[in-house]
Amino acid sequence: MGVRYFGSGVRRVEDPRLITGQGRYLDDLAIAGVLHAAFVRSVHAHARIVGVDAAAARQLSGVVAVYIAADLGELSSKRLPHTVPVGNVRQPLNYQPLADREVCHVGVPIAVVIAESRAIAEDAAALVEVNYEVLDAVVDWRRALDAGAPRVHADSPDNLVASLHGRFGDVEKVFASAPHVFSETFEVHRGGCHSMECRGVVAMPDPMGDGLTVWTSTQMPHMVRRLIADHLGRDERTVRVIAPDVGGGFGPKGVFYPEEIVLPLAALKLQRPVKWVEDRSEHFVATAQQRDQAWALEVAADADGRLLAVRGRCLHDNGGYVPYGLGAAVTSMAAFPGPYALQAVDIRIDIVFTNLVPNTPVRGAGRPTTCFVLERLADRVARELALDPAEVRRRSFVRKDQFPYLTGMNARDGSPITYDSGDYHACLEAVLERAGDDFAQRQAAALAKGRYLGRGIASYTEDTGLAPFEGATIRVEPGGKVVIFTGAASQGQGHATIFAQICADILGVRLEDIVVEAADTAKFPLGIGAIASRTAVTAGSSVHQAAVAVRAKALKVASEMLEASEADLVLEDGAVRVVGAAGLHVPLSQIASRLNGMSGIPIVPGVEPGLSATAYYEARKNTFANGTHLSEVEVDIDTGRVEITRYVVGHDCGLLINPMLVDGQVRGGVVHGIGNALFERMIYDEAGQPVTTTYADYLLPTAPEVPRIEIIHIQSPSPLNPIGVKGAGEGGTIPAAACIIAAIENALAPFGTRVNEHPVSPARLRQLIRAAMPAGHMAGAAI
Amino acid sequence: MTSQPAQNDGDDGPALERVRLTVNGRLFEADVEPRRHLGDLLRHDLKLTGTHIGCEHGVCGACTVIVNGASVRSCLMFAGQAHGATVTTIEGLAAPDGTLHPIQQAFWDRHGLQCGFCTPGMMMTIKALLADIPDADEAEIRDAISGNLCRCTGYETIVDAALDAARALRGNV
Repeated sequence: MGVRYFGSGVRRVEDPRLITGQGRYLDDLAIAGVLHAAFVRSVHAHARIVGVDAAAARQLSGVVAVYIAADLGELSSKRLPHTVPVGNVRQPLNYQPLADREVCHVGVPIAVVIAESRAIAEDAAALVEVNYEVLDAVVDWRRALDAGAPRVHADSPDNLVASLHGRFGDVEKVFASAPHVFSETFEVHRGGCHSMECRGVVAMPDPMGDGLTVWTSTQMPHMVRRLIADHLGRDERTVRVIAPDVGGGFGPKGVFYPEEIVLPLAALKLQRPVKWVEDRSEHFVATAQQRDQAWALEVAADADGRLLAVRGRCLHDNGGYVPYGLGAAVTSMAAFPGPYALQAVDIRIDIVFTNLVPNTPVRGAGRPTTCFVLERLADRVARELALDPAEVRRRSFVRKDQFPYLTGMNARDGSPITYDSGDYHACLEAVLERAGDDFAQRQAAALAKGRYLGRGIASYTEDTGLAPFEGATIRVEPGGKVVIFTGAASQGQGHATIFAQICADILGVRLEDIVVEAADTAKFPLGIGAIASRTAVTAGSSVHQAAVAVRAKALKVASEMLEASEADLVLEDGAVRVVGAAGLHVPLSQIASRLNGMSGIPIVPGVEPGLSATAYYEARKNTFANGTHLSEVEVDIDTGRVEITRYVVGHDCGLLINPMLVDGQVRGGVVHGIGNALFERMIYDEAGQPVTTTYADYLLPTAPEVPRIEIIHIQSPSPLNPIGVKGAGEGGTIPAAACIIAAIENALAPFGTRVNEHPVSPARLRQLIRAAMPAGHMAGAAI
Repeated sequence: MTSQPAQNDGDDGPALERVRLTVNGRLFEADVEPRRHLGDLLRHDLKLTGTHIGCEHGVCGACTVIVNGASVRSCLMFAGQAHGATVTTIEGLAAPDGTLHPIQQAFWDRHGLQCGFCTPGMMMTIKALLADIPDADEAEIRDAISGNLCRCTGYETIVDAALDAARALRGNV
């Protein structure tokens, strides 16, 4: 039997429900007698809570309860547990479920109203009066460490959350002897996740026991169960967490939030189910974002433009709390040295509190900003040495013959980071070939007509398949369905389809015969979460291993049932068949029935009951995806408008399980990066008030602005897992902003404009053009 | 179907108004607060949860439905304004026998959705577009869906699906 599904762009098994309106997202959950919650959130960026008056709110008809921290006991004011280890965090100050002393950004929950309807809950929330003593806020993260800066947390000694230091090689020696050293500063901003579905939580006490069921639109149901149990002091067996259909995650739904404790507390106190659905204005202040980094870097290069070393410092805006360790900053650090075979690196990242929404990973996490600074440095070297930017990459990349390649940096567990496989040059050359070699002529011809075309490239590596595991159980049911149970949650990636593809080939069944049950702690015992482009590697490998074990079991039992040697058996069309004996077969459903047992009849000796198996593929080391992007833009120098006219991706995530789905991941990721490059900026005023809290103010990419994206796949199998795959969820985003900014700068080369920041709005681009050009140069253009 | 009156029908609660409308060919009646928007009426009173609420300020387009032939953001229309109207939602797109509408089929074939949250609104916008412009080209499609945000797909496969659907609806599959 050949491979039929693995590698094939089959349509998704998820879609029939979703295209007919039968998806089941959190807000679709209708439970009889459910109450509705609305939160009272801080209106100041930094304030002490002097008092809360909820009397008027409590009197409103339809209001069941108004709770401040004091009403729900110590559990509602104890700081939340952490999602990830925080041993490296100097001040790991997380949220209180309900703040009772101090609020450190606009949007911190202070009280919750529970009412018969959401509208009444919101009416009542507006009647809750919070008496604040307003404190000085830190809004400009660049000033957070200044002597005399206000404290983001009034009782903290300073605003330094943590300092990361990554270093390898003899940095001083390399810089001292390098023929070329250049320095640059960068400011990079990324926005929020803006999944089209906001967050939401439903908590329901078990009417028959001491259990609690929580539905939450999370990327990590098992972690939420662990943290709820931990915070509430309950046994994990009494907490069931289910992630229903989730309408996009992109990172911030992998954070544990105050509402995931407050809803359970309220539901347990009232002994009623309670529902809260975040609205979009809340999303801008209550869901983590990823904002600013400022970098000051030096790059050393040899006489041929080969990159040798990078050193410098980053200041990272953490926001007001630490709900997710140092996620984004740690990935910024670990993303060095990118695809480059550097001799030395010395990077310090200082992570500072600000009175703003917390900064946690958004698609790509800290990698896109590290990619941006590395690629800008590579372009700087190219410019100074009058080399083609591609040539600097060619000379500096890790070569194919160097894998496995030790980068010199250390992973989150302290072990050396090793690039497992890849062919960075192949991605680069494939992209250049696709893009063609006529650009210089087109650019010159356009310039002669006063039009500014630019081309940019950007390359990256991405650590994917993060440890430790996602498991899978595969069980064949007597009715013939093959059920895959896994802890791995999905937010639209198509996991069910790829798991089914992997399983179907091994068991010789059709995709339609497979059902995937995921993201429910009652259905699969353990799980980590859909973060860090890890699910295909971890859960995909576990599905493979479990399917192989089920197959072995089926063959063993069938061998007895068919009285044939296992060597003569194959799995095909849902049955075990004897090779060369047409018609002699036993359906998997019958084997499942046999192994499910009948009273009084022993099953096959030496075989455990049930045609099922469980596997936990153990991810010990990351798999590294890579790629090169190329974009062409036209900049209108009069308006600052940027049109992306071409976008080509060379992408290597190992073997492709489903090329159509990988393309979807890449395209969506690139467009997220386009948002980061040109549109998305979360703006706060001097007092820390967010001013971009609608989609009229905070601009997401829309269909007319985004180009078609051409994708070329290079497949370097990972040697680290049985299916040879690497993660694909974030690679599209990582180099996209760097790629577009490079193209913009190239278009503006006649003015010598440098773009060391993003996003660049039309207005900002006009500023940069004006600043770079000699006075009077833009004759005829309205400046 | 008649929904239960809202539970807050107390002395100080707002007066309820009766809304009667046809949704996906069926007549519905509900008593709602004047401030109830059409999206919430569809989702919570009529239990048609395929229409999704993404921003409630009229930008994301996830809640788009067709009212009297025009695509409408159901979060920006009061339920009362839909009194007497004929509404089509995602649940009414497929044929009564379950055969997928060409737009649905094309979204499936072209991988025009990932998380699926924006999808119903996208499909309703495209349905209204193709009713107006059966041979819409890529630029017209991109323009038409510029009021529908999608964070997953990058739009390209949605555009491809719309082009496929337009061809299928014109009879040249």
